[in-house]
Amino acid sequence: MKLSLSSSPHQRVKRDTGQVMRLVIYAMLPGMLAQSVIFGWGMLIQATIAVVSALVIEGIILFLRKRPIERTLTDYSAVLTGLLIAISIPPTLPWWMTVIGVFFAIAVAKQVYGGLGFNLFNPAMIAYVVLLISFPAAMSLWLPPASHASVSPDFFDSLSLIFTGFTTSGYDVTQLKTIADGVTMATPLDTVKTGLTQGVTYTESLMKPVFDGGVFDAAGAGWGIVSLAYLLGGLVLVKTRVISWHIPGGMLVSVALCAALLHLIDGDYYGSPLFHLLNGAVMVGAFFIATDPVSASTTPKGRIIFGAAIGFWVVIIRTFGGYPDAIAFAVIIMNMCVPLIDYYTRPRVYGKSVAHAKRK
Amino acid sequence: MTDYRDLSLQGLWKNNPALVQLLGLCPLLAVTATFINGLGLGIATTLVLIGSNVTVSLVRNVVRNEIRIPVFVMIIAAFVTIVQLLMNAYTYDLYLALGIFIPLIVTNCAIIGRAEAFASKNPPLAAAYDGIMMGLGFTAVLVILGGMREILGAGTLFAGADRLFGSVAKHWTITLFATENPFILAILPPGAFLGMGLLIAVKNTIDAKLASKEKAPAVKAERARVTAES
Repeated sequence: MKLSLSSSPHQRVKRDTGQVMRLVIYAMLPGMLAQSVIFGWGMLIQATIAVVSALVIEGIILFLRKRPIERTLTDYSAVLTGLLIAISIPPTLPWWMTVIGVFFAIAVAKQVYGGLGFNLFNPAMIAYVVLLISFPAAMSLWLPPASHASVSPDFFDSLSLIFTGFTTSGYDVTQLKTIADGVTMATPLDTVKTGLTQGVTYTESLMKPVFDGGVFDAAGAGWGIVSLAYLLGGLVLVKTRVISWHIPGGMLVSVALCAALLHLIDGDYYGSPLFHLLNGAVMVGAFFIATDPVSASTTPKGRIIFGAAIGFWVVIIRTFGGYPDAIAFAVIIMNMCVPLIDYYTRPRVYGKSVAHAKRK
Repeated sequence: MTDYRDLSLQGLWKNNPALVQLLGLCPLLAVTATFINGLGLGIATTLVLIGSNVTVSLVRNVVRNEIRIPVFVMIIAAFVTIVQLLMNAYTYDLYLALGIFIPLIVTNCAIIGRAEAFASKNPPLAAAYDGIMMGLGFTAVLVILGGMREILGAGTLFAGADRLFGSVAKHWTITLFATENPFILAILPPGAFLGMGLLIAVKNTIDAKLASKEKAPAVKAERARVTAES
Protein backbone atom coordinates (compact mmCIF):
# COMPACT_ATOMS: atom_id res chain seq x y z
CA MET A 1 0.00 0.00 0.00
CA LYS A 2 1.30 3.38 -0.97
CA LEU A 3 1.07 6.08 1.65
CA SER A 4 0.98 9.61 0.40
CA LEU A 5 2.79 12.15 2.51
CA SER A 6 1.62 15.22 0.65
CA SER A 7 -0.63 17.84 2.24
CA SER A 8 -4.31 18.16 1.40
CA PRO A 9 -6.24 17.89 -0.90
CA HIS A 10 -5.82 14.12 -1.00
CA GLN A 11 -8.61 13.36 -3.39
CA ARG A 12 -7.58 14.37 -6.88
CA VAL A 13 -9.93 15.32 -9.68
CA LYS A 14 -9.62 12.60 -12.24
CA ARG A 15 -10.36 14.68 -15.30
CA ASP A 16 -8.79 17.91 -16.47
CA THR A 17 -10.58 20.55 -18.50
CA GLY A 18 -9.38 19.16 -21.82
CA GLN A 19 -10.70 15.69 -21.05
CA VAL A 20 -14.09 17.02 -19.96
CA MET A 21 -14.41 19.16 -23.08
CA ARG A 22 -13.39 16.24 -25.29
CA LEU A 23 -15.99 13.97 -23.67
CA VAL A 24 -18.66 16.59 -24.28
CA ILE A 25 -17.57 16.80 -27.93
CA TYR A 26 -17.75 12.99 -28.30
CA ALA A 27 -21.23 13.02 -26.79
CA MET A 28 -22.32 15.54 -29.40
CA LEU A 29 -21.29 13.24 -32.24
CA PRO A 30 -24.56 11.22 -32.50
CA GLY A 31 -26.57 14.43 -32.74
CA MET A 32 -24.16 15.97 -35.24
CA LEU A 33 -24.24 12.79 -37.31
CA ALA A 34 -28.05 12.79 -37.36
CA GLN A 35 -28.08 16.48 -38.21
CA SER A 36 -25.74 16.10 -41.16
CA VAL A 37 -27.41 12.93 -42.49
CA ILE A 38 -30.83 14.58 -42.40
CA PHE A 39 -29.98 18.17 -43.29
CA GLY A 40 -26.88 17.77 -45.45
CA TRP A 41 -23.23 18.73 -45.39
CA GLY A 42 -23.72 22.35 -44.41
CA MET A 43 -23.40 21.81 -40.68
CA LEU A 44 -20.08 19.96 -41.01
CA ILE A 45 -18.65 22.74 -43.17
CA GLN A 46 -19.88 25.30 -40.64
CA ALA A 47 -18.26 23.24 -37.89
CA THR A 48 -14.93 23.35 -39.70
CA ILE A 49 -15.18 27.11 -40.26
CA ALA A 50 -16.25 27.74 -36.68
CA VAL A 51 -13.61 25.53 -35.03
CA VAL A 52 -10.76 26.87 -37.15
CA SER A 53 -11.76 30.49 -36.63
CA ALA A 54 -12.33 29.89 -32.90
CA LEU A 55 -8.79 28.51 -32.53
CA VAL A 56 -7.24 31.28 -34.64
CA ILE A 57 -9.10 34.08 -32.84
CA GLU A 58 -8.37 32.61 -29.41
CA GLY A 59 -4.70 32.27 -30.37
CA ILE A 60 -4.48 35.90 -31.51
CA ILE A 61 -6.19 37.23 -28.40
CA LEU A 62 -4.01 35.09 -26.12
CA PHE A 63 -0.95 36.41 -27.94
CA LEU A 64 -2.16 39.99 -27.46
CA ARG A 65 -2.87 39.31 -23.79
CA LYS A 66 0.54 37.63 -23.42
CA ARG A 67 -1.03 34.45 -22.03
CA PRO A 68 0.14 30.87 -22.63
CA ILE A 69 -1.27 30.01 -26.05
CA GLU A 70 -0.70 26.30 -26.35
CA ARG A 71 -2.07 25.34 -22.95
CA THR A 72 -5.31 27.22 -23.52
CA LEU A 73 -5.82 26.06 -27.09
CA THR A 74 -5.42 22.42 -26.09
CA ASP A 75 -8.12 22.59 -23.41
CA TYR A 76 -10.65 22.17 -26.25
CA SER A 77 -12.97 24.85 -24.86
CA ALA A 78 -12.65 26.94 -28.02
CA VAL A 79 -13.29 23.85 -30.15
CA LEU A 80 -16.43 23.08 -28.17
CA THR A 81 -17.64 26.69 -28.45
CA GLY A 82 -17.08 26.55 -32.22
CA LEU A 83 -19.00 23.28 -32.52
CA LEU A 84 -21.91 24.58 -30.42
CA ILE A 85 -22.14 27.64 -32.66
CA ALA A 86 -22.01 25.45 -35.77
CA ILE A 87 -24.88 23.21 -34.69
CA SER A 88 -27.08 26.17 -33.69
CA ILE A 89 -26.82 28.31 -36.82
CA PRO A 90 -28.51 27.56 -40.15
CA PRO A 91 -26.20 25.26 -42.17
CA THR A 92 -26.20 27.61 -45.16
CA LEU A 93 -25.21 30.78 -43.31
CA PRO A 94 -22.56 32.81 -45.22
CA TRP A 95 -19.11 32.01 -43.82
CA TRP A 96 -18.29 35.54 -42.72
CA MET A 97 -21.35 35.64 -40.48
CA THR A 98 -20.15 32.48 -38.77
CA VAL A 99 -16.77 34.10 -38.24
CA ILE A 100 -18.36 37.24 -36.77
CA GLY A 101 -20.32 35.02 -34.39
CA VAL A 102 -17.21 33.12 -33.37
CA PHE A 103 -15.38 36.41 -32.87
CA PHE A 104 -18.05 37.64 -30.46
CA ALA A 105 -18.04 34.31 -28.63
CA ILE A 106 -14.28 34.04 -28.18
CA ALA A 107 -13.02 37.62 -28.18
CA VAL A 108 -15.89 39.47 -26.54
CA ALA A 109 -17.86 36.98 -24.44
CA LYS A 110 -14.85 34.95 -23.29
CA GLN A 111 -11.49 36.73 -23.49
CA VAL A 112 -12.64 40.27 -22.66
CA TYR A 113 -14.01 38.91 -19.40
CA GLY A 114 -10.71 37.16 -18.67
CA GLY A 115 -10.76 33.86 -20.53
CA LEU A 116 -12.12 30.44 -19.66
CA GLY A 117 -13.51 30.35 -16.15
CA PHE A 118 -14.28 34.05 -15.96
CA ASN A 119 -16.91 34.44 -18.64
CA LEU A 120 -20.26 35.60 -17.28
CA PHE A 121 -22.21 34.39 -20.29
CA ASN A 122 -22.19 31.26 -22.38
CA PRO A 123 -19.94 32.27 -25.32
CA ALA A 124 -21.74 30.17 -27.94
CA MET A 125 -25.09 31.67 -27.01
CA ILE A 126 -23.70 35.21 -27.13
CA ALA A 127 -22.55 34.40 -30.66
CA TYR A 128 -26.00 33.09 -31.54
CA VAL A 129 -27.80 36.15 -30.16
CA VAL A 130 -25.37 38.57 -31.86
CA LEU A 131 -26.00 36.84 -35.18
CA LEU A 132 -29.75 36.57 -34.63
CA ILE A 133 -30.28 40.25 -33.89
CA SER A 134 -27.78 41.39 -36.51
CA PHE A 135 -28.82 39.17 -39.40
CA PRO A 136 -32.40 38.09 -38.60
CA ALA A 137 -33.21 37.15 -42.20
CA ALA A 138 -30.17 34.95 -42.81
CA MET A 139 -30.46 33.37 -39.37
CA SER A 140 -33.96 32.09 -40.04
CA LEU A 141 -33.20 30.42 -43.38
CA TRP A 142 -33.27 26.72 -42.51
CA LEU A 143 -33.38 24.23 -45.33
CA PRO A 144 -35.98 21.45 -45.15
CA PRO A 145 -34.69 17.94 -44.40
CA ALA A 146 -33.29 16.14 -47.44
CA SER A 147 -36.31 13.81 -47.50
CA HIS A 148 -38.65 16.76 -48.16
CA ALA A 149 -36.59 19.02 -50.37
CA SER A 150 -37.01 19.12 -54.13
CA VAL A 151 -33.38 20.06 -54.64
CA SER A 152 -31.05 18.87 -51.94
CA PRO A 153 -27.56 20.40 -51.90
CA ASP A 154 -24.62 17.96 -52.01
CA PHE A 155 -21.20 18.67 -50.48
CA PHE A 156 -19.99 21.06 -53.17
CA ASP A 157 -23.35 22.79 -53.34
CA SER A 158 -23.20 23.40 -49.58
CA LEU A 159 -19.63 24.62 -49.79
CA SER A 160 -20.48 26.97 -52.60
CA LEU A 161 -23.65 28.17 -50.80
CA ILE A 162 -21.67 29.08 -47.70
CA PHE A 163 -18.89 30.87 -49.56
CA THR A 164 -20.73 32.44 -52.51
CA GLY A 165 -24.41 32.35 -51.61
CA PHE A 166 -25.32 30.12 -54.56
CA THR A 167 -25.11 26.38 -55.24
CA THR A 168 -22.95 25.11 -58.10
CA SER A 169 -26.07 25.09 -60.28
CA GLY A 170 -27.02 28.63 -59.32
CA TYR A 171 -29.78 28.19 -56.74
CA ASP A 172 -29.82 30.44 -53.70
CA VAL A 173 -31.03 29.47 -50.23
CA THR A 174 -34.53 30.86 -50.66
CA GLN A 175 -35.03 28.73 -53.76
CA LEU A 176 -33.71 25.66 -51.99
CA LYS A 177 -36.23 26.22 -49.21
CA THR A 178 -38.99 25.62 -51.71
CA ILE A 179 -40.22 22.06 -51.52
CA ALA A 180 -42.37 20.37 -54.15
CA ASP A 181 -45.34 22.37 -55.48
CA GLY A 182 -43.58 25.67 -54.92
CA VAL A 183 -44.37 25.70 -51.21
CA THR A 184 -41.59 26.98 -49.00
CA MET A 185 -40.92 25.18 -45.79
CA ALA A 186 -39.78 26.69 -42.52
CA THR A 187 -38.74 24.93 -39.32
CA PRO A 188 -41.53 23.33 -37.27
CA LEU A 189 -41.33 26.08 -34.62
CA ASP A 190 -41.39 28.77 -37.30
CA THR A 191 -44.30 27.12 -39.07
CA VAL A 192 -46.44 27.10 -35.94
CA LYS A 193 -45.39 30.61 -34.94
CA THR A 194 -46.17 32.23 -38.31
CA GLY A 195 -49.29 30.07 -38.56
CA LEU A 196 -50.67 31.54 -35.35
CA THR A 197 -50.14 35.10 -36.60
CA GLN A 198 -52.10 34.23 -39.76
CA GLY A 199 -54.99 32.64 -37.92
CA VAL A 200 -53.86 29.05 -38.50
CA THR A 201 -54.16 27.11 -35.25
CA TYR A 202 -51.47 24.87 -33.80
CA THR A 203 -53.42 21.70 -34.66
CA GLU A 204 -53.89 22.89 -38.23
CA SER A 205 -50.18 23.67 -38.50
CA LEU A 206 -49.41 20.08 -37.50
CA MET A 207 -51.02 18.99 -40.79
CA LYS A 208 -48.40 20.85 -42.84
CA PRO A 209 -45.71 18.88 -44.70
CA VAL A 210 -43.00 19.94 -42.22
CA PHE A 211 -44.58 17.56 -39.70
CA ASP A 212 -44.84 14.62 -42.16
CA GLY A 213 -42.81 11.59 -41.23
CA GLY A 214 -41.74 12.79 -37.80
CA VAL A 215 -40.98 10.21 -35.12
CA PHE A 216 -43.83 11.67 -33.12
CA ASP A 217 -46.86 13.62 -34.24
CA ALA A 218 -45.64 16.89 -32.87
CA ALA A 219 -41.97 16.61 -33.78
CA GLY A 220 -41.14 17.88 -37.23
CA ALA A 221 -39.72 15.53 -39.84
CA GLY A 222 -36.02 15.10 -39.17
CA TRP A 223 -35.93 17.55 -36.28
CA GLY A 224 -37.35 14.97 -33.86
CA ILE A 225 -34.63 12.45 -34.73
CA VAL A 226 -31.91 15.07 -34.30
CA SER A 227 -33.32 15.96 -30.89
CA LEU A 228 -33.40 12.31 -29.83
CA ALA A 229 -29.80 11.83 -30.98
CA TYR A 230 -28.68 14.76 -28.84
CA LEU A 231 -30.74 13.33 -25.97
CA LEU A 232 -28.82 10.06 -26.33
CA GLY A 233 -25.45 11.83 -26.22
CA GLY A 234 -26.63 13.89 -23.27
CA LEU A 235 -27.68 10.84 -21.30
CA VAL A 236 -24.22 9.34 -21.86
CA LEU A 237 -22.73 12.53 -20.41
CA VAL A 238 -24.94 12.26 -17.34
CA LYS A 239 -24.13 8.56 -16.99
CA THR A 240 -20.37 9.20 -17.16
CA ARG A 241 -20.82 12.06 -14.66
CA VAL A 242 -19.33 14.68 -16.93
CA ILE A 243 -22.41 16.74 -16.17
CA SER A 244 -24.82 16.38 -13.27
CA TRP A 245 -28.46 15.58 -13.95
CA HIS A 246 -29.69 18.68 -12.16
CA ILE A 247 -29.61 21.22 -14.99
CA PRO A 248 -30.93 19.07 -17.87
CA GLY A 249 -33.45 17.41 -15.54
CA GLY A 250 -34.73 20.70 -14.21
CA MET A 251 -34.89 22.20 -17.68
CA LEU A 252 -36.67 19.34 -19.45
CA VAL A 253 -39.21 18.86 -16.65
CA SER A 254 -39.88 22.56 -16.56
CA VAL A 255 -40.33 22.79 -20.35
CA ALA A 256 -42.73 19.85 -20.22
CA LEU A 257 -44.69 21.26 -17.27
CA CYS A 258 -44.99 24.80 -18.63
CA ALA A 259 -45.95 23.49 -22.07
CA ALA A 260 -48.46 21.03 -20.56
CA LEU A 261 -50.08 23.80 -18.54
CA LEU A 262 -50.53 26.01 -21.61
CA HIS A 263 -51.59 23.04 -23.73
CA LEU A 264 -54.29 22.17 -21.18
CA ILE A 265 -55.60 25.73 -21.26
CA ASP A 266 -55.98 25.73 -25.04
CA GLY A 267 -54.70 22.67 -26.90
CA ASP A 268 -55.64 24.20 -30.21
CA TYR A 269 -53.40 27.19 -29.74
CA TYR A 270 -50.48 26.17 -27.53
CA GLY A 271 -48.06 23.39 -28.50
CA SER A 272 -47.97 20.10 -26.62
CA PRO A 273 -45.08 19.20 -24.27
CA LEU A 274 -43.67 16.82 -26.91
CA PHE A 275 -43.80 19.56 -29.52
CA HIS A 276 -41.74 21.81 -27.27
CA LEU A 277 -39.29 19.12 -26.13
CA LEU A 278 -38.47 17.67 -29.54
CA ASN A 279 -38.35 20.80 -31.68
CA GLY A 280 -35.73 23.49 -31.80
CA ALA A 281 -32.72 23.32 -29.54
CA VAL A 282 -34.24 22.15 -26.24
CA MET A 283 -32.27 18.88 -26.11
CA VAL A 284 -28.98 20.46 -27.20
CA GLY A 285 -29.66 23.30 -24.80
CA ALA A 286 -30.48 21.11 -21.83
CA PHE A 287 -27.46 18.80 -22.08
CA PHE A 288 -24.77 20.76 -23.91
CA ILE A 289 -25.42 24.48 -23.56
CA ALA A 290 -27.05 25.15 -20.20
CA THR A 291 -24.56 22.79 -18.52
CA ASP A 292 -21.53 24.98 -19.37
CA PRO A 293 -19.54 24.61 -16.13
CA VAL A 294 -18.43 28.25 -16.08
CA SER A 295 -21.58 30.23 -16.68
CA ALA A 296 -24.11 27.89 -15.04
CA SER A 297 -25.04 27.68 -11.38
CA THR A 298 -22.70 25.55 -9.28
CA THR A 299 -24.75 24.31 -6.34
CA PRO A 300 -27.03 21.25 -6.70
CA LYS A 301 -30.18 23.10 -5.67
CA GLY A 302 -29.11 26.11 -7.68
CA ARG A 303 -28.65 23.98 -10.77
CA ILE A 304 -32.21 22.69 -10.57
CA ILE A 305 -33.51 26.25 -10.21
CA PHE A 306 -31.22 27.41 -13.05
CA GLY A 307 -32.38 24.63 -15.39
CA ALA A 308 -36.04 25.02 -14.48
CA ALA A 309 -35.95 28.76 -15.03
CA ILE A 310 -34.37 28.27 -18.47
CA GLY A 311 -37.15 25.83 -19.33
CA PHE A 312 -39.74 28.33 -18.16
CA TRP A 313 -38.27 31.14 -20.28
CA VAL A 314 -37.99 28.87 -23.32
CA VAL A 315 -41.70 28.11 -23.32
CA ILE A 316 -42.66 31.70 -22.47
CA ILE A 317 -40.50 33.27 -25.18
CA ARG A 318 -41.43 30.65 -27.78
CA THR A 319 -45.11 31.17 -27.07
CA PHE A 320 -45.37 34.91 -26.48
CA GLY A 321 -42.11 36.33 -27.82
CA GLY A 322 -41.05 37.51 -31.24
CA TYR A 323 -38.60 34.71 -32.03
CA PRO A 324 -39.51 31.08 -32.77
CA ASP A 325 -36.84 29.56 -30.51
CA ALA A 326 -35.48 30.87 -27.26
CA ILE A 327 -32.70 28.70 -25.86
CA ALA A 328 -30.06 31.41 -26.32
CA PHE A 329 -32.14 34.17 -24.74
CA ALA A 330 -33.23 31.92 -21.88
CA VAL A 331 -29.69 30.78 -21.13
CA ILE A 332 -28.32 34.35 -21.22
CA ILE A 333 -31.10 35.67 -18.97
CA MET A 334 -30.36 32.93 -16.44
CA ASN A 335 -26.57 33.40 -16.73
CA MET A 336 -27.20 36.86 -15.31
CA CYS A 337 -29.07 35.36 -12.35
CA VAL A 338 -26.39 32.79 -11.50
CA PRO A 339 -24.60 34.83 -8.79
CA LEU A 340 -27.95 35.43 -7.07
CA ILE A 341 -29.00 31.77 -7.33
CA ASP A 342 -25.64 30.57 -6.04
CA TYR A 343 -25.77 33.02 -3.15
CA TYR A 344 -29.11 31.76 -1.90
CA THR A 345 -28.48 28.05 -2.49
CA ARG A 346 -25.09 27.68 -0.85
CA PRO A 347 -24.94 24.22 0.68
CA ARG A 348 -24.73 23.94 4.46
CA VAL A 349 -21.17 23.94 5.74
CA TYR A 350 -20.30 20.52 7.15
CA GLY A 351 -20.78 20.46 10.91
CA LYS A 352 -23.06 23.45 11.00
CA SER A 353 -26.60 22.46 11.87
CA VAL A 354 -29.50 24.14 10.16
CA ALA A 355 -30.87 25.26 13.51
CA HIS A 356 -27.57 26.89 14.36
CA ALA A 357 -27.49 28.73 11.12
CA LYS A 358 -31.03 29.96 11.65
CA ARG A 359 -30.40 31.11 15.23
CA LYS A 360 -27.69 33.40 13.95
CA MET B 1 -3.06 82.59 -13.51
CA THR B 2 -4.99 79.98 -15.43
CA ASP B 3 -3.04 77.27 -17.17
CA TYR B 4 -4.79 77.00 -20.52
CA ARG B 5 -2.62 74.17 -21.71
CA ASP B 6 -3.62 72.09 -18.71
CA LEU B 7 -7.29 73.01 -19.23
CA SER B 8 -7.20 71.71 -22.81
CA LEU B 9 -5.43 68.54 -21.78
CA GLN B 10 -7.97 67.94 -19.01
CA GLY B 11 -10.98 68.47 -21.30
CA LEU B 12 -9.74 66.58 -24.30
CA TRP B 13 -7.94 63.68 -22.70
CA LYS B 14 -7.11 63.32 -18.99
CA ASN B 15 -10.53 64.23 -17.68
CA ASN B 16 -12.60 63.65 -20.81
CA PRO B 17 -16.27 63.93 -19.79
CA ALA B 18 -17.29 60.84 -21.75
CA LEU B 19 -14.28 58.53 -21.46
CA VAL B 20 -13.05 59.29 -17.94
CA GLN B 21 -15.86 60.97 -16.02
CA LEU B 22 -18.42 58.77 -17.82
CA LEU B 23 -20.90 61.63 -17.73
CA GLY B 24 -23.71 62.22 -20.18
CA LEU B 25 -23.79 58.57 -21.20
CA CYS B 26 -27.51 58.61 -21.95
CA PRO B 27 -27.33 60.94 -24.99
CA LEU B 28 -23.89 59.56 -25.82
CA LEU B 29 -25.21 56.03 -26.25
CA ALA B 30 -28.61 56.93 -27.63
CA VAL B 31 -27.85 59.28 -30.52
CA THR B 32 -24.54 58.02 -31.86
CA ALA B 33 -25.99 55.70 -34.48
CA THR B 34 -24.49 57.98 -37.14
CA PHE B 35 -21.56 60.37 -37.38
CA ILE B 36 -23.72 63.40 -38.11
CA ASN B 37 -26.12 62.76 -35.22
CA GLY B 38 -23.15 62.53 -32.89
CA LEU B 39 -21.62 65.73 -34.30
CA GLY B 40 -24.96 67.57 -34.03
CA LEU B 41 -25.48 66.66 -30.41
CA GLY B 42 -21.83 67.34 -29.65
CA ILE B 43 -22.02 70.87 -31.03
CA ALA B 44 -25.28 71.53 -29.20
CA THR B 45 -23.79 70.30 -25.93
CA THR B 46 -20.63 72.36 -26.45
CA LEU B 47 -22.65 75.56 -27.04
CA VAL B 48 -24.68 74.95 -23.90
CA LEU B 49 -21.53 74.18 -21.94
CA ILE B 50 -19.81 77.42 -23.01
CA GLY B 51 -22.88 79.52 -22.30
CA SER B 52 -23.62 78.01 -18.93
CA ASN B 53 -19.98 78.06 -17.83
CA VAL B 54 -19.61 81.77 -18.62
CA THR B 55 -22.90 82.72 -16.97
CA VAL B 56 -22.27 80.64 -13.87
CA SER B 57 -18.82 82.16 -13.61
CA LEU B 58 -20.27 85.69 -13.89
CA VAL B 59 -22.81 85.16 -11.13
CA ARG B 60 -20.56 83.04 -8.94
CA ASN B 61 -20.05 85.77 -6.34
CA VAL B 62 -23.73 86.80 -6.23
CA VAL B 63 -25.38 83.41 -5.82
CA ARG B 64 -25.57 82.11 -2.27
CA ASN B 65 -24.07 78.73 -1.69
CA GLU B 66 -27.32 77.12 -0.44
CA ILE B 67 -29.26 77.74 -3.63
CA ARG B 68 -26.47 77.41 -6.18
CA ILE B 69 -27.62 74.11 -7.73
CA PRO B 70 -31.16 75.31 -8.66
CA VAL B 71 -29.64 78.50 -10.06
CA PHE B 72 -27.15 76.51 -12.15
CA VAL B 73 -29.89 74.23 -13.44
CA MET B 74 -32.02 77.19 -14.48
CA ILE B 75 -29.09 78.80 -16.27
CA ILE B 76 -28.38 75.54 -18.11
CA ALA B 77 -32.06 75.07 -18.95
CA ALA B 78 -32.17 78.56 -20.43
CA PHE B 79 -29.22 77.83 -22.71
CA VAL B 80 -30.64 74.45 -23.71
CA THR B 81 -33.88 76.18 -24.68
CA ILE B 82 -31.94 78.67 -26.79
CA VAL B 83 -30.04 75.89 -28.56
CA GLN B 84 -33.20 73.87 -29.04
CA LEU B 85 -35.02 76.82 -30.64
CA LEU B 86 -32.00 77.56 -32.84
CA MET B 87 -31.86 73.95 -34.04
CA ASN B 88 -35.60 73.95 -34.62
CA ALA B 89 -35.15 77.02 -36.80
CA TYR B 90 -32.00 76.21 -38.74
CA THR B 91 -31.43 72.44 -38.71
CA TYR B 92 -34.98 71.15 -38.55
CA ASP B 93 -34.22 67.62 -39.82
CA LEU B 94 -31.48 67.12 -37.27
CA TYR B 95 -33.80 68.57 -34.63
CA LEU B 96 -36.29 65.85 -35.49
CA ALA B 97 -33.62 63.13 -35.59
CA LEU B 98 -32.21 63.98 -32.18
CA GLY B 99 -35.68 64.42 -30.72
CA ILE B 100 -35.94 64.23 -26.94
CA PHE B 101 -32.17 64.21 -26.52
CA ILE B 102 -31.87 67.95 -27.21
CA PRO B 103 -34.03 69.02 -24.21
CA LEU B 104 -32.34 66.24 -22.22
CA ILE B 105 -29.01 68.10 -22.52
CA VAL B 106 -30.26 69.85 -19.35
CA THR B 107 -29.79 66.64 -17.44
CA ASN B 108 -26.33 65.96 -18.88
CA CYS B 109 -24.22 65.65 -15.75
CA ALA B 110 -21.15 66.81 -17.61
CA ILE B 111 -22.63 70.32 -17.81
CA ILE B 112 -23.76 70.74 -14.21
CA GLY B 113 -20.55 69.00 -13.22
CA ARG B 114 -18.40 71.65 -14.92
CA ALA B 115 -20.60 74.45 -13.55
CA GLU B 116 -20.15 73.15 -10.03
CA ALA B 117 -16.54 71.98 -10.22
CA PHE B 118 -14.96 74.67 -12.38
CA ALA B 119 -17.10 77.62 -13.49
CA SER B 120 -18.32 78.51 -9.98
CA LYS B 121 -14.72 78.92 -8.81
CA ASN B 122 -13.01 80.56 -11.80
CA PRO B 123 -13.18 83.80 -13.82
CA PRO B 124 -15.38 83.93 -16.97
CA LEU B 125 -12.59 83.65 -19.52
CA ALA B 126 -11.13 80.49 -17.99
CA ALA B 127 -14.65 79.08 -17.58
CA ALA B 128 -15.40 79.71 -21.25
CA TYR B 129 -12.18 78.03 -22.28
CA ASP B 130 -12.96 75.07 -20.02
CA GLY B 131 -16.42 74.86 -21.60
CA ILE B 132 -14.92 74.77 -25.09
CA MET B 133 -12.41 72.07 -24.22
CA MET B 134 -14.83 69.87 -22.28
CA GLY B 135 -17.35 70.28 -25.09
CA LEU B 136 -14.76 69.36 -27.71
CA GLY B 137 -13.73 66.31 -25.70
CA PHE B 138 -17.33 65.18 -25.45
CA THR B 139 -17.97 65.91 -29.14
CA ALA B 140 -14.86 63.97 -30.16
CA VAL B 141 -16.11 60.85 -28.41
CA LEU B 142 -19.62 61.26 -29.84
CA VAL B 143 -18.20 61.64 -33.34
CA ILE B 144 -15.79 58.70 -33.09
CA LEU B 145 -18.46 56.43 -31.62
CA GLY B 146 -21.01 57.60 -34.19
CA GLY B 147 -18.54 57.07 -37.03
CA MET B 148 -17.61 53.59 -35.81
CA ARG B 149 -21.22 52.50 -35.47
CA GLU B 150 -22.23 54.00 -38.81
CA ILE B 151 -19.39 52.31 -40.68
CA LEU B 152 -20.03 48.93 -39.07
CA GLY B 153 -23.79 49.09 -39.13
CA ALA B 154 -24.57 50.75 -42.44
CA GLY B 155 -21.29 50.86 -44.36
CA THR B 156 -21.55 54.63 -44.82
CA LEU B 157 -20.02 57.75 -43.33
CA PHE B 158 -21.51 61.27 -43.10
CA ALA B 159 -24.98 60.00 -44.02
CA GLY B 160 -27.50 62.80 -43.54
CA ALA B 161 -24.86 65.52 -43.53
CA ASP B 162 -27.41 67.86 -45.12
CA ARG B 163 -29.38 67.78 -41.88
CA LEU B 164 -26.59 69.69 -40.20
CA PHE B 165 -24.89 71.62 -43.00
CA GLY B 166 -27.79 72.32 -45.33
CA SER B 167 -28.28 71.22 -48.93
CA VAL B 168 -24.59 71.86 -49.78
CA ALA B 169 -23.82 68.62 -47.96
CA LYS B 170 -26.33 66.47 -49.87
CA HIS B 171 -23.61 64.44 -51.55
CA TRP B 172 -21.14 64.19 -48.71
CA THR B 173 -22.22 60.65 -47.84
CA ILE B 174 -19.39 58.20 -48.39
CA THR B 175 -20.48 54.64 -49.04
CA LEU B 176 -17.68 52.34 -47.92
CA PHE B 177 -19.44 49.13 -48.78
CA ALA B 178 -22.96 48.15 -49.74
CA THR B 179 -24.39 45.04 -48.16
CA GLU B 180 -27.70 43.24 -48.09
CA ASN B 181 -26.96 42.11 -44.55
CA PRO B 182 -25.99 45.16 -42.51
CA PHE B 183 -24.48 44.45 -39.09
CA ILE B 184 -27.54 45.72 -37.21
CA LEU B 185 -26.00 45.10 -33.79
CA ALA B 186 -23.71 48.12 -34.25
CA ILE B 187 -26.71 50.40 -34.74
CA LEU B 188 -28.69 48.90 -31.85
CA PRO B 189 -28.11 50.09 -28.24
CA PRO B 190 -25.84 47.09 -27.37
CA GLY B 191 -23.52 48.26 -30.16
CA ALA B 192 -23.23 51.63 -28.42
CA PHE B 193 -22.26 49.98 -25.14
CA LEU B 194 -19.75 47.67 -26.83
CA GLY B 195 -18.23 50.54 -28.83
CA MET B 196 -18.01 52.74 -25.74
CA GLY B 197 -16.31 49.95 -23.81
CA LEU B 198 -13.80 49.48 -26.60
CA LEU B 199 -13.06 53.23 -26.75
CA ILE B 200 -12.43 53.35 -23.01
CA ALA B 201 -10.21 50.28 -23.30
CA VAL B 202 -8.21 51.91 -26.11
CA LYS B 203 -7.77 55.09 -24.07
CA ASN B 204 -6.62 53.11 -21.03
CA THR B 205 -4.16 51.16 -23.17
CA ILE B 206 -2.69 54.38 -24.58
CA ASP B 207 -2.45 55.83 -21.06
CA ALA B 208 -0.69 52.71 -19.83
CA LYS B 209 1.76 52.88 -22.75
CA LEU B 210 2.45 56.56 -22.07
CA ALA B 211 2.95 55.88 -18.38
CA SER B 212 5.42 53.08 -19.04
CA LYS B 213 7.27 55.28 -21.54
CA GLU B 214 7.56 58.07 -18.99
CA LYS B 215 8.92 55.63 -16.47
CA ALA B 216 11.33 54.01 -18.88
CA PRO B 217 14.06 56.73 -18.96
CA ALA B 218 14.32 56.62 -15.16
CA VAL B 219 15.38 52.97 -15.21
CA LYS B 220 17.77 53.49 -18.09
CA ALA B 221 21.38 53.32 -17.06
CA GLU B 222 23.36 56.49 -17.51
CA ARG B 223 25.40 56.45 -20.67
CA ALA B 224 29.03 56.08 -19.96
CA ARG B 225 31.26 58.48 -21.78
CA VAL B 226 33.81 56.47 -23.72
CA THR B 227 35.09 59.08 -26.10
CA ALA B 228 36.21 62.60 -25.62
CA GLU B 229 33.65 64.04 -28.02
CA SER B 230 29.85 63.95 -27.71
